[in-house]
Amino acid sequence: MTAINNTSRRSFLRNSILASGGLVIGVNWLTGCKNASSEAALALPKEWFNFNAYLKIGENGVVTIFTPNPEFGQNVMTSMPIIVAEELDVDWKNVLVEMAAHDPAKYPDAMFGQFTGGSWGIRTKWEPLRNAGAAARHMLKEAAAQAWQVPAEEITTSEGILKHEKSGKSADYGEMASAAAKIPMPEKPTLKEIKDFKIISQSKKNVRGKEIVTGKPMFGLDYKVEGMLIAMIEHPPAFGLKLKSVDDSAARAMPGIKDVFTIKTYNDGFEKAMFDTNAFPELVAIVGNSTWEVMQAKKALKVEWEPAPTSSNTVTFMGNKRTFNYPAGLESSTDHQAMMEVLAAKPGKVVRRNGDPEAAFKKAAKIIERSYSAPHLAHNCMEPMNFFADVKGDKVKVAGPLQAPGFIEPTLAARMGIPVENIEIEMTRMGGGFGRRAYSHYMVEAALISQKVNAPVKLMYSREDDMTNGIYRPAYQATYRAALDENDNLIAFHVKAGGIPESPLHADRFPAGAIDNYLAEDWKIDSNITIGTFRAPRSNFIGGAEQSFLDELAEAMGKDPIEFRLELLKRAKENPVGEKNDYDAARYAGVLELVQEKSGWGKTAPAVGTSRGVAAYFCHNTYAAHVLDLTMENGKPVVQKVTSAIDCGIVVNPDAATNMTEGAVTDGIGNALYGEMTFKDGAAEKTNFDKYRMIRMIEAPKAIEVHFVKNEIAPTGMGEPPFPPIFGALANALYKATGKRVYRQPFLGEQAVMG
Amino acid sequence: MASFTLNINGKKQQVEVDPTTPILWVLRDHLDLVGTKYGCGIAQCGACTIHLGDTAMRSCVLPVSQVGEQPITTIEGLSENGDHPVQKAWLEHDVAQCGYCQAGQIMNASALLKSTPRPSDAAIEGAMNGNICRCATYVWIKAAIKTAAG
Repeated sequence: MTAINNTSRRSFLRNSILASGGLVIGVNWLTGCKNASSEAALALPKEWFNFNAYLKIGENGVVTIFTPNPEFGQNVMTSMPIIVAEELDVDWKNVLVEMAAHDPAKYPDAMFGQFTGGSWGIRTKWEPLRNAGAAARHMLKEAAAQAWQVPAEEITTSEGILKHEKSGKSADYGEMASAAAKIPMPEKPTLKEIKDFKIISQSKKNVRGKEIVTGKPMFGLDYKVEGMLIAMIEHPPAFGLKLKSVDDSAARAMPGIKDVFTIKTYNDGFEKAMFDTNAFPELVAIVGNSTWEVMQAKKALKVEWEPAPTSSNTVTFMGNKRTFNYPAGLESSTDHQAMMEVLAAKPGKVVRRNGDPEAAFKKAAKIIERSYSAPHLAHNCMEPMNFFADVKGDKVKVAGPLQAPGFIEPTLAARMGIPVENIEIEMTRMGGGFGRRAYSHYMVEAALISQKVNAPVKLMYSREDDMTNGIYRPAYQATYRAALDENDNLIAFHVKAGGIPESPLHADRFPAGAIDNYLAEDWKIDSNITIGTFRAPRSNFIGGAEQSFLDELAEAMGKDPIEFRLELLKRAKENPVGEKNDYDAARYAGVLELVQEKSGWGKTAPAVGTSRGVAAYFCHNTYAAHVLDLTMENGKPVVQKVTSAIDCGIVVNPDAATNMTEGAVTDGIGNALYGEMTFKDGAAEKTNFDKYRMIRMIEAPKAIEVHFVKNEIAPTGMGEPPFPPIFGALANALYKATGKRVYRQPFLGEQAVMG
Repeated sequence: MASFTLNINGKKQQVEVDPTTPILWVLRDHLDLVGTKYGCGIAQCGACTIHLGDTAMRSCVLPVSQVGEQPITTIEGLSENGDHPVQKAWLEHDVAQCGYCQAGQIMNASALLKSTPRPSDAAIEGAMNGNICRCATYVWIKAAIKTAAG
C-alpha cells in the first residue's frame, strides 16, 4: 500500500494551469453554501479568479475552496479545505467551501481519483491540497512584488494579508487576486513548517453544520428539477433468482404511474470491474409522478422469478486478477455456518510461514485453540440508495450519493455507448456510506430509466430494497492456535481464517513479526450473496477475533494483556521475524501505552461492578487502542466508558477526528452486540429496522474519551481504524464481567441475557 | 385524489393528493420541504420526525387525511433563523457526521424539551431511543440536548 503516491507535482501543476485564468460564475443550489463556521454570511465577490483546481479568490478577499472527495460524514468538506487554507494563509472566516464536480483531469490521483473510502481521503490528498494552497500564496506574493517593485522574498503573508515590512505596504488577497491568477504556477511551492500551522490541528466546525440543522436540501434524495419523475425498482426476492416475467397491468393502471418496464444494467458481454458487483442486473422499473404513488404501484406488480444459473466474473484490481464465482441455488445462513466449520477443520492455503510452526506445535506443552465467527452485515446507510439522472440524447447528467465516481463512470459510459466526456457527475452529500456506496449500480439504473422515459428521473430504493439488494459485509470465521512451552512461553502461533465468499486474513499484520514460528492460512466459500467493502473491510472481523484471542492467551500465560502485547511489539521492533510486517511496532506500542496511561490501566481500580477490556489494532494506516469499561444490568452489558488512543499522524481537525472515533466505537459496539443479516432460501430475512437491530442511544457508551498521539507524521485516515479493535475490547470486557468468552457475533443478538 | 388544507410552519398549504399519502411524502414531493427525511417508512428510525402540535410524530406513517387543522412543524419551521436552542446546541457540539438523521433527532429532542425542560439522562435516552443515527453520534446528541436544556 505504501507504493501509492499522491498526485505527482507535475500533474498537479499541469492541471492547475489548465484550470487557472478564467472567470467562474454561478453557484449550484445544492453545493454552493457559505462556511457555516462564520455566523454572518460572507459577501460574495463580484468576480472570482481561479488559481488552481482547489481554490479561487474573489476581489473582496473571499476564498472558495473545493473539496475534491465526496462527503459521507467523515467531514472531508471541512478538513480538506483546512489544509488548503493553512498553506494559503487565509483567515478561515473568509473561506467558502464547495464540493468539486467529478473531474479526473482536474483532480488526478494515482489510484482512485475522487474516491471516498479506505480512509484514503486525507492521506492521498494531503500533499496536493498543501501544494494548491502554497502555490496560490506564492502567486499572490509574486503579484504583490511586481505591484510594489520589491523582492517577493521580503513579502510576508498572514490571514489573507500581504505585507512588505520595509516599505510599509500591505494589501489583502482580494486586491492582488486578479494579477496573481495570471502569474505562472511555481515549480515547487514552498510549504509551511509544521510548527507554523495555525489552522490545521485547531478544531473547526463542520462547514455544513448550519444547513444540516436547518434541513436544507443537500442529499441525493433531496435532489429535484422541474419535470422530474420518481422511479423505484423491483429486484428478485432472493439471491439465486432472476427475472422471468412481469405482469404490470395492475401497476400501470394505478394513479400517477407513467411507465413500467424492465432494465438490464449491463450490456451482454460487459467486462465488469471490481466495483461492479451486483446480484440483480435485471430489474423492473416503475416510474410515476410521486414517491407514494410509485410505492403503491410497486406493490401491485406481479413478477415471476426463476433460478439464476451459475456465473463467474474475473476482474483486475490493483494489478491483481480476482475471480468471483456465483453458484446457482438458494443459500441459507445456517448452511453457511456449517460449511464454514467444515472448511475451518481442513488445511487452508498457506499465506505466510515463519520458522517451523508444525514442529513447535508438536513439542508444545500446551496448545490453546479458539474459533470465532461473524455473520453477514448490512450497511444500512440512513439515506437509502438513490440517484438522479437526466439523459438527453448522448449527454448524461447524474447527481447523487456515491463514494467512487471514477469506478462507475466507465460502466455507465459503456452501458450508454457514449464517451465518459459526455457524462456529468454531481456528487451530493451522502447520508452515510460505510463502503456501500462504492458500488453505484443504482446510478446506471437511474440513467437507463431516464433514457427510457425521456425525462429527468430520481430513482429511490425503499428501505426494504436497500437492505435486501446485496453488497453485505461477508460472513467470516477464524481459528487461532497458540503453542506454549512448559514455562508458558509462546513458541508458535497459527491463524486460519476464511469466509463467505472471502477470507478476512491479513497475514502480515501483528502478531506476525513478533513470533518465531508463525503460520497463516486462508480459505473461502463461493456464494451468490454479493458482498462488498464495509467500514474497515476484513479488519472489522479479524481485528476483534485476534484481539480476543490475544486476551485469552495473555491470561493463559499469566500476563497482563497490555504488557503481553507490548512484549510482543518490543520483539517485533527490535528483532522482527520475517520481512513484510505490515505495521510499525513503535507506533502500535505507542497507542497501547497511551491508552494504558489515560485509562489508568492497572493503576486505578475500576468502580465496583465494572469490568474492563482492552484491544488495539492497526489498519488503514492508523493505529487505534481502546479500553472499555462495562457493567452488567439485568444480564445485559452497559458500556460505561471507552478510553481511546489514536495515532493518525497530524490530526487535521481534532473535534471531527474525535467525533469519528466516538462514532466508530459506538457503531462497533452495536454491530458486535446486535449486527446480523441472515438468509433463508436465498432471501434476506431482515428487511427493515423492525427486524434489523441497530444500536440506539440507550445502548451507546455513557462516556467516550479520545486521545491522540502527538507527532508530525503526515496524516492518515480516521473513518475505519478505530472500528475493528472495539469488537475485541468489548469481548474482553464481557469475559471479565460474565466469566464466559464470546466467540460468535452477534454477542447478544436475540438473547435476552448474557452470562 | 382529494384536496387538503394543511397548516405547515404557520402557513396554510393546499395539496391535491391521495388521502393515504403519508405527510412525509406530502412535505417532500409536493411542498419541497425536504428537510424531513425518509429512513424506513415504518416508524422505526425517526428520520422523518415532525411536530404535530407540540408532539413529535413519525411523518412516514401519518396519512395526510388524519391531520386536519393540527399545526405541523418541520425542521424548516422549527425556528426563523436556525437559532432554536436545540439547533444552536447541535452546532456548538458539532454533532453531525453525515447529517441525514439529524433533522429527525433535532425535532424529537425539541419536542422532548418542550414537555420536559430539564430531562434526566434516562429521560433523554428513553425519548431519543426511536431515532437511529447510523454514524452513531449518540454521545454527542445527548450532550447537545443537555446543553440545550441549560
